[in-house]
Amino acid sequence: MTVLVLMDESDASRQALTLARKFGEPRSMRMDALGAFAPDAIAAALAEAASELNVAAVFGAGTDRGNEVMARLAARLGLPFAANCIAVTPGDPVTLTRLRWGGSLLEEARLHSPRPLITVAPHTIPADSGPAPVEVDVKPPAEADLVVRVVDHVSPSNGGVSLAEAKVIVSGGRGVGSKEGFAIIEDLAGLLGAAVGCSRAVTSAGWRPHSDQVGQTGTKVAPEVYIACGISGATQHMAGLKGAKRILAINSDPQAPLMLNADYTVTGDLKEIVPAISAEIRKRR
Amino acid sequence: MRVLACIKRVPITGGRIVLAEDARAINTQHLAFTMSPHEECGVEEAARLIEAHKGDSVVLTLGPPEATEQLRDAMALGIDRAIHLQTDGQEWDGEATAAALTDAIRADEAASGRFDIIFLGNESADSGGFQVGARVAYALGRPLVTGLKKVTLDGSSVRCEQEVEGGRDVYVVPLPAVLTVKEGLNLPRYPSVPGRMRARSKPVAVSTPARPAPHLELVRLAVPAGQGRRAESLGAGAAAAPAVVEMLQKAGVV
Repeated sequence: MTVLVLMDESDASRQALTLARKFGEPRSMRMDALGAFAPDAIAAALAEAASELNVAAVFGAGTDRGNEVMARLAARLGLPFAANCIAVTPGDPVTLTRLRWGGSLLEEARLHSPRPLITVAPHTIPADSGPAPVEVDVKPPAEADLVVRVVDHVSPSNGGVSLAEAKVIVSGGRGVGSKEGFAIIEDLAGLLGAAVGCSRAVTSAGWRPHSDQVGQTGTKVAPEVYIACGISGATQHMAGLKGAKRILAINSDPQAPLMLNADYTVTGDLKEIVPAISAEIRKRR
Repeated sequence: MRVLACIKRVPITGGRIVLAEDARAINTQHLAFTMSPHEECGVEEAARLIEAHKGDSVVLTLGPPEATEQLRDAMALGIDRAIHLQTDGQEWDGEATAAALTDAIRADEAASGRFDIIFLGNESADSGGFQVGARVAYALGRPLVTGLKKVTLDGSSVRCEQEVEGGRDVYVVPLPAVLTVKEGLNLPRYPSVPGRMRARSKPVAVSTPARPAPHLELVRLAVPAGQGRRAESLGAGAAAAPAVVEMLQKAGVV
């Protein structure tokens, strides 16, 4: 049997390839096979290739783009779609494990489908290191499938360190107390060349822009060190921290979930502790 | 113009998720509920569009009888009326959810005219299926743009900004369109007391569609094992600063 894999440059698509091999001999289609991103056109091309090759399954990466195109394919084919899987066993039905709540919960499920459509959650299983699969041919898209396409790109206006790529993040929660309270967080971040982050409580209060939010509905981060100041650690926030190497939690409540899930903790008032850390760094320079 | 916002009622999880005895749902005995965060921004955007352009705004959900609370919350933000597809609390998979929403949209459009924009969340906070918007858009034969952080109406089309690595991709699609949005699209207002009062008397149309057998069938849920982090205390108060800086030096970031 043949299995079709929607691939881009991401590790996630090589992780998808790892699971796809359980279903057959993989063939691939590139996300950028048609040039500028046109999700309906790629979905249409996948549908055609899936039918022509009579594939056992179609796999993609559980990225924004991967999930989007696979959902459009599922709608076109009238088939079920399981997003963000971490384990899959072929069969009828297919049994699988997928992420819920941004990875805070696992779901075991049965997928009843003549042609399983599956995406694989990023950073969860080893990437495939085998030979690259042969690419399928893609015909020019129909006009109707080009109505939705990327026509322009705008770059972010702030020149600061990007959260997603930051090596160090100093992040504040409700415990910071106010918009003005972030001055000490920004000072420490400046000393460390770090990005400033925050929890959802902070963006909902309007203290920081949403682009600073770390969590399930914000940015997922992977820094060397994540310094969480006055953040309790709701599952919404923790879902964004799974890639962090070291977590330092500063909180007045030693029982706060983040204090229990950190690598290092300091108990006490962040309004004293954060400036003291900044002063200590300055002293040693 | 006519604008629809689709929402889902979800529990507000705290620090630790606890499962129900049969492990097929979250134990929500001590939890409050909200609408999924992305969708709250869809509701806010729908309310703003109707404030600016006049017309009719509707909120639609598939959920248990208690989801009336979330419909009232949406109407407190300014939405005119609600459609509630009531379930018995069992979960519906993405395909079945989209089919029920599509039927309800078609029925409302037959009676009151076409929706210019239909908002949904990019994905729900709980089940995270990433597909209901795509299915609704395809069934209705309308363009879909996903994961939006900015929506600007421009005559008979809409300019959409989608967050991607290193900036935003821009799409321009004709109306009517289906748009899935993400938190950060706007900052939803806090409902006013008069808003809440008015919401109480706004109409909610209730129906009870039959739940088809799921094709993506939930067997059980599990809480993932911890990441093995074992907190090491570096001390208390300002006196811990030297230990913190030493840790940062060891990590190679100072």
